[in-house]
Amino acid sequence: MTSIGTGYDLSNSVFSPDGRNFQVEYAVKAVENGGTAVGIRCKDGVVLAVEKIITSKLLKPGANKRIATVDRHVGIVSAGLVPDGRHFVSRARDEASSWRGVYKAPIPTNALANRLGGYVQAYTLYSSVRPFGVTAIVGGWDSEAELAVDGQVGQGPNSGAGGKVEGAEAGGPGLYMIEPSGLYWGYYGAATGKGRQAAKAELEKLDLSSGNLSLADGVKEAARIIYVAHEDSKDKEFELEMSWISSLDGPTKGRHEEVPKELREEAEKAAKRALEGDDDEEEEKGQAMEE
Amino acid sequence: MVAPHGVTGMLGEDGIHVDMQHLKSGEVNLVPVQPGMAINFKDGVILGADSRTTTGAYIANRVTDKLTQVHDTIWCCRSGSAADTQAVADIVSYHLNMYGVTNNEAPSTQVAASLFQELCYENKEMLSAGIIIAGYDPRHGGQVFSIPLGGSLHKQSFAIGGSGSTYIYGYTDAHWREQMTEEEGIDFVRNALQEAIKWDGSSGGVIRLVVLTKKGAVRHLYLPDNGYTGPGVTN
Amino acid sequence: MNHFPEAWGRPRDDVYGAYNPSYLQTTGPKAHTSSPAVTGTSVIGVKFNGGVALATDNLASYGSLARFSDVKRLRVFGDKAVVGFGGDVSDMQYIDRLLASIDIRENYSNHGNMLNAKNLHTYLAKVFYKRRSEFNPLWNHVLVAGYDGEGKPFLSSADLLGTTFSAPHLATGFGAHLAVPILRRLFPDEKPIEEVTQEHAVDALKQCLKVLFYRDARSLDKYSIAVITKDGIDLKENEQIEGQSWAFAERIKGYGAQTN
Repeated sequence: MTSIGTGYDLSNSVFSPDGRNFQVEYAVKAVENGGTAVGIRCKDGVVLAVEKIITSKLLKPGANKRIATVDRHVGIVSAGLVPDGRHFVSRARDEASSWRGVYKAPIPTNALANRLGGYVQAYTLYSSVRPFGVTAIVGGWDSEAELAVDGQVGQGPNSGAGGKVEGAEAGGPGLYMIEPSGLYWGYYGAATGKGRQAAKAELEKLDLSSGNLSLADGVKEAARIIYVAHEDSKDKEFELEMSWISSLDGPTKGRHEEVPKELREEAEKAAKRALEGDDDEEEEKGQAMEE
Repeated sequence: MVAPHGVTGMLGEDGIHVDMQHLKSGEVNLVPVQPGMAINFKDGVILGADSRTTTGAYIANRVTDKLTQVHDTIWCCRSGSAADTQAVADIVSYHLNMYGVTNNEAPSTQVAASLFQELCYENKEMLSAGIIIAGYDPRHGGQVFSIPLGGSLHKQSFAIGGSGSTYIYGYTDAHWREQMTEEEGIDFVRNALQEAIKWDGSSGGVIRLVVLTKKGAVRHLYLPDNGYTGPGVTN
Repeated sequence: MNHFPEAWGRPRDDVYGAYNPSYLQTTGPKAHTSSPAVTGTSVIGVKFNGGVALATDNLASYGSLARFSDVKRLRVFGDKAVVGFGGDVSDMQYIDRLLASIDIRENYSNHGNMLNAKNLHTYLAKVFYKRRSEFNPLWNHVLVAGYDGEGKPFLSSADLLGTTFSAPHLATGFGAHLAVPILRRLFPDEKPIEEVTQEHAVDALKQCLKVLFYRDARSLDKYSIAVITKDGIDLKENEQIEGQSWAFAERIKGYGAQTN
């Protein structure tokens, strides 16, 4: 690497002459070694999935979750340094709780992403800290229903509010990815970690921007994409961890929850089948070429 | 030790020892609670209030504006200490404007109500403030919240507050209908306030209204010397 | 002119002499809630075979003014417990939000919210006691209903001082005077809880609510009732007291000797 030995990579608060912050770039390297994580923004919810590499046979299967819940309606998955991810989640929970303390309502996903982006960015400014070694995917569902104030008493008129704009779009899915620099964007589909390139290629095929993919299909796609992304590190065993947040009339009623075991296993089976199918096709192709 | 008052009885020698904190009790009396109200109607909300401010029996201000804007289409109706409620409204107004710019979205009436409640609840020992919050936003339509003395928050279809309100509980309850037209809503508020003015010595002067709909905020004014018939819309 | 802000609004020193700051007390006791403002009246609860039932009316009074008649004073905690609130409504809202924040934090763990009604009651009692020790009490008297750690029906009370009390049937406020005697007659100590059915318990609560409506001047005939069983929480919030007896008023004439 060009930065090594120049001295410009030793401190956060020092730019290199060509305007780079090497500490941030090294943090990105830490992310690139982490297990693949993806998020898909579906029309009726959000799916998060992560490839959890099994580092030891002595770890209990299914324990040590990598996807965390923030408030009730947001999930965070990250790739990179696990403890950094935990601290990031802890900050997210504090932000969500402080929002509730002031506004007596759940924090909108975009506001949370904004605050976290600001938080992560602050760790690129000072020589006394290092940047976060994680890229985090934040998925949430903002309630589409009329919001009540927390602890509300009283109903208002039985016939409903006057002058309400009927059919107005409110709430819905939110998906954001925050990088070690503090940069964040909203995404239809987000991928990070070791297998991100393969995962992104698969996400792009899904035509997510048209908003047609259902949450149920999203779960299957997320599982498949993690399996596809794992192809390059096949020597390592992994666990698939998945969570979802549906609309209020969906399976999780607007809450962030783990995808039920049966559903996940079904999706995993389908993912494996799809991969085997690909292998078969390639074999067939190979044969065809030989002919 | 505190020197005893009036040692010589001569003002120039003894000086004046006014405890500014004691002014608090007199200051509260500056604006005793007067009626204000807010209602839901078909297209939004209407706030209304009289214009009398009294210090004891003396009318300190006969054309007070008790309807306070805290955001574009979120207004409140203050009753209690003028100083307390103005301070609270100023703080809420600041936070709502900050909310608007930081979140790229106008705050909902709930947000305003929450902010008001937090201030009124956490400082209940220091405040004498009864506040009615009414607002319109496209997502939730018109909404009315009431925060009485202890700092509890109540969502209501219509709210009345202040000393004069006790005189019009009967009137409002008997005449209240949901989904009134704007004209009916204005009549309801104006008639109710007229009753309060009639029976409550602490209420009087003109009637001010603000109508909040998707079109924004519209002020109305009704004067006593023409039987509260006009001039009507003033902005 | 004196340009120091602390001098603004004060009598001029050169005319009236210097202000004696010892008159300006900045220390001294800090006042806290010495009385509640908007209040709810009784909460009543009964244990039955396999569960607990809890009821309150929907009134929040402001002194003697029946100010808000749509205040739901039974608050659900997670999917496991119900808290019935008597006393100050603003403090009820504070506690409701406190409990919501606990529920959110509990759900961060894998196994979800593990706090049962008994845990919740212990916690609430400690919150009440802490606040009363700070001379800043939360002005409520609550009943907590649900299940304990062994899966047995749980019903207990906690008040603004942190006092706790538990019994198969409980009532706070006016209910402690008017409902408890009725409940004691219906469910005597000798009667094992296994013999009390859900219907018995609900009927008893309705009977108590009616008497409270007759005799508690801060009550309402609209009420909420929660029935907690192993199947979950059945909460009804817009009930109306039925089967009232008033027609006998026709026979009451004068106050003594008068007959028509």
